[in-house]
Amino acid sequence: MRMAELAMGVVMGVFSLYLMWKSAELPIGWIPDEGPGGGAWPFWLSAGMLLCCIAIVIRWAKRMTPESRSEDVYMDGRTFKLFLLNAGALTGMVGLFHIFGAYGAIPLFLIFYLRFLGGHSWRLTGTFAAVTPVVTFLFFEIALQKTLPKGITDPWFEPIFSFFY
Amino acid sequence: MDILSLLLTGFAIAFEPLNLGLIVFGCAVGLFIGAMPGLGSVNGVAILLPMTFLVPPTGAIIFLGAIYYGAMYGGAISSIMLGIPGASTAVATTFDGRPMALKGEADKALIAAATASFIGGSVGVVLFTLFAPPLADVALTFGAPEIFALMLMAFATFIGLGSDDIPKTIFSIFIGLVFGSVGLDIISGEPRLIFGDIPGFFHGINFLVLAIGIYGIAEMLWTIEVSQGDVMISQATVSVRRILNSLRELTRTWKTMLMGSFLGYFVGILPAAGATPGSLMAYGISKTMSKKPETYGKGNINGVVAPEAANNAASTGAMLPMLTLGIPGSPTTAILLGGMVIWGLEPGPMVFTDHPDFVWGFIASLYAANVFALLINIAFIPAFIWVLKMPFTILAPIIFVLCVVGGFVPTLDMHDVWLMLIFGIVGYLMRKLDYPMAPAVLAIVLGPLAEPALRQSLLISGGSFSIFFSRPFAGVIMVIALVLFALPLLKIAKSLIRR
Repeated sequence: MRMAELAMGVVMGVFSLYLMWKSAELPIGWIPDEGPGGGAWPFWLSAGMLLCCIAIVIRWAKRMTPESRSEDVYMDGRTFKLFLLNAGALTGMVGLFHIFGAYGAIPLFLIFYLRFLGGHSWRLTGTFAAVTPVVTFLFFEIALQKTLPKGITDPWFEPIFSFFY
Repeated sequence: MDILSLLLTGFAIAFEPLNLGLIVFGCAVGLFIGAMPGLGSVNGVAILLPMTFLVPPTGAIIFLGAIYYGAMYGGAISSIMLGIPGASTAVATTFDGRPMALKGEADKALIAAATASFIGGSVGVVLFTLFAPPLADVALTFGAPEIFALMLMAFATFIGLGSDDIPKTIFSIFIGLVFGSVGLDIISGEPRLIFGDIPGFFHGINFLVLAIGIYGIAEMLWTIEVSQGDVMISQATVSVRRILNSLRELTRTWKTMLMGSFLGYFVGILPAAGATPGSLMAYGISKTMSKKPETYGKGNINGVVAPEAANNAASTGAMLPMLTLGIPGSPTTAILLGGMVIWGLEPGPMVFTDHPDFVWGFIASLYAANVFALLINIAFIPAFIWVLKMPFTILAPIIFVLCVVGGFVPTLDMHDVWLMLIFGIVGYLMRKLDYPMAPAVLAIVLGPLAEPALRQSLLISGGSFSIFFSRPFAGVIMVIALVLFALPLLKIAKSLIRR
């Protein structure tokens, strides 16, 4: 935990410097008749972030926070595996949105999660995998007219839309 | 004709069968739209605006007003049940509402939210009825310096929102403000912080992307870590006795409810402020005033009551400048204003004399909408609790799906979904190190209001910060904000001296 606290402080400090550099692409000083330049607000806020990171590192060195004193591991093996499985499944679903669209990715994600991670029966898994996309479609696309990505399944929806409209 | 007679005439109009039906239907529809992550009152009102052409103008605005109210009530539901704020107005409700749900007190949190919303809405409507024109005049005296001072005061109250680690809390505020400035520069129109020229950054970072990432994905990853993947079932229960007990317990929060209601109403009146700053400030002030501030963020009922009373009072307050001056106080009231213009009603001071039936029918309908929204909300609590009783291994993937869809819907851009995922994962890693994430979400909401106010003020004063102290309202608010900022810094100095 102690090393993680330092690493996060340093990474966020570097990120603050990057934000300062990006902000400075626009003027950060006073422009006559225009007021503060477009980059001033994010630049000085990023500078503030950097100061906070320096304070975090100093407090770490002086062991002033519970995290900087803790000798616990930041993430044990089991937690890391759970994190990878969940974050990986979620990333996979978002990636599949581009290929199979929402109505292909959501059932695949639910099958993986409910059956293989949750250990639920095929009956329950199948019910959720079938009902969730239908409810999502009816609520978002038909009732609220918000179009979700469809990927390669797009042509399949033409007859469904012509039925509703 | 005095106000009471006008109001009674208004009630006669609001209670016509068609209008009453529209109020009940509008409240129910608004409740469900508000409860969906990614959708708020603005979506509900915008989507259903075309439907209003089927009814007379008075019925139309009554219907839209009821949807607005219903959605304000509904926003708290997803905040409490799923930990995902449905709209920016419900962000502050998540801080204590979600911990209450995790402790098996979801019913109590939902009742507290509904009751506080009712009180806030009622106080708002009463103030609206009695003091509409003079309050509108006061609100008009608020210029850029006053708005910036108000935003600064809101940020000052955030300092107390996070953990005791002040540098991490301030870092969280600053990073939220920087993310809020991504997109096009509001004055020059030049692209700003467009990382790698990725087109998705041109429209800025929607607050919901950060909010769903942090409160949806990061929160779920955290819960999965705590449960270690075990099948976890919430202990939430609901019964008439528990509801009555909760209502009895709520009487102890009357001070918080009133504070939230009055504060929310006044902030709601201010042009371009709306309900979100009001609810956030109410939460911050409630915590600052509390004898046990350390219990906030861990399921303190006042942490639910304050923002909910404030956001509903503010939603009524935001209608005041819309109706009396033709200036919308929030995005939703901007759409309501558009509707009024389409129906041939010119908002402004003359609307009270030219169309009294319309104005007073609408005001009376707000009283009725408040009552119906409360009743519908309480009636559905058992159904909401039933959802919570699902095993966590079923609830988790459904919440993940809702997060992804909710992250996509506001902008219809997959870029935002990826961004939300990154925020979720980084937010989880930071949360493990006690970085408070709430201030970042609040800052991304208020940043786009604060920056133009600061820049306009400095432009007016030629770069002098004295403008924030030379105007009476701005000066008073600035001093309060600086005192609020100084308190935690004094605490740090004190601890350093002790060491």
